[in-house]
Amino acid sequence: MASRNWKLITMPFNKENPITVQVLGICSCLAVTAQLKPALVMAISVTIVVALANVIISLLRKTIPPRIRIIVQLVVVSMLVVLVDQVLKAYLYDVSKQLSVFVGLIITNCIVMGRLEAFAMTNPPLPSLCDGIGNGLGYGIILVILGTLRELFGSGTLLSYPVMEKIGAYSIGYENNGLMIMPPMALILVGIIIWIQRRKS
Amino acid sequence: MQEIVNIFVKSIFIDNMIFAFFLGMCSYLAVSKTVKTSAGLGVAVTFVLLITVPVNWLLNKYFLAPGAMSWISPSLADVDLSFLSLIIFIAVIAAIVQIVEMTIERFSPTLYYALGIFLPLIAVNCAVMGGSLFMQERGYTSIGEVLAFALGSGLGWLLAIVGIAAIREKLRYSHIPPALQGVGITFIITGLMGLAFMSFMGIKL
Repeated sequence: MASRNWKLITMPFNKENPITVQVLGICSCLAVTAQLKPALVMAISVTIVVALANVIISLLRKTIPPRIRIIVQLVVVSMLVVLVDQVLKAYLYDVSKQLSVFVGLIITNCIVMGRLEAFAMTNPPLPSLCDGIGNGLGYGIILVILGTLRELFGSGTLLSYPVMEKIGAYSIGYENNGLMIMPPMALILVGIIIWIQRRKS
Repeated sequence: MQEIVNIFVKSIFIDNMIFAFFLGMCSYLAVSKTVKTSAGLGVAVTFVLLITVPVNWLLNKYFLAPGAMSWISPSLADVDLSFLSLIIFIAVIAAIVQIVEMTIERFSPTLYYALGIFLPLIAVNCAVMGGSLFMQERGYTSIGEVLAFALGSGLGWLLAIVGIAAIREKLRYSHIPPALQGVGITFIITGLMGLAFMSFMGIKL
């Protein structure tokens, strides 16, 4: 039983990655990754929301009438997102300004709805919790990869620490690649990550 | 008047929902295989945006924004319900999508069958929710501006999905590395289209 739950956590890292394999939750993944810090905050927020929403829906699964299940799911998810939004505004105000509407858009993040529909509606709470954490982290991994690449090559910093300046890259004629922090580059990078991942499997 | 036209053009080209903010990417990637179905979805999204954004704007202006309820009685002037806006917006969107679905089914069965499967999905389309959230964040002041923004965003989304669908129809005949086929190449092409759309950024409106 324990190994099954462990598998539910680790499977979404690579083989069933929500972004590169299931192609869900793309919207926020691209928009918040111009820097590493908002990407990390977003990854943690989404993991918390998916895991808790999975548990709540899984506990309610026998009492939700099938016809109105989408609305019930939306209410549960939006309640959790309001909590996350208020916590971010209270403790991480600058990041919450940077994320702007994308915190609210966790409600319509396809990963959350997809996991609720596909997993939590038919499984007991503990596996649902593991599935939620796994998918949230699988989403987080891609966010962190994108955030690292884009911040390092786009602005020459990591979490605002001037990496490129410290290793002396500018003195030998290195220039920041402004395209990396532009929106279209995020799409191209995800395309390349998908390419590499499919080549391996 | 000029202000309204500016917002309209700006939300189609410069602040394009897909190329500038990546909203509604899930259905954009899943439904863009043929031009016909993607045009249907684009029209449905535009229609829903055009109804939900003004309704949410009215709710925001008269109930949710800080001090918005002072028109009921002056004692409510310091009430701030803006933390409720996420729940209210999504509830309005879900309800309106349901009503639109039933209305179309009743009055135009042909349109209903053409859009059928997409309509319920629009409730969870990020572009629709994003429209309401951007409306709140940018603080539009008149109903005309809000309508121009909603229509422009919807048309911009329609333009993007029809464009990528047309390209994907042609791509079927190209030699793409097997691992890149399907989703991978669609991402890269969307990125290239986004680069092209960035050339509108220099326009001052």
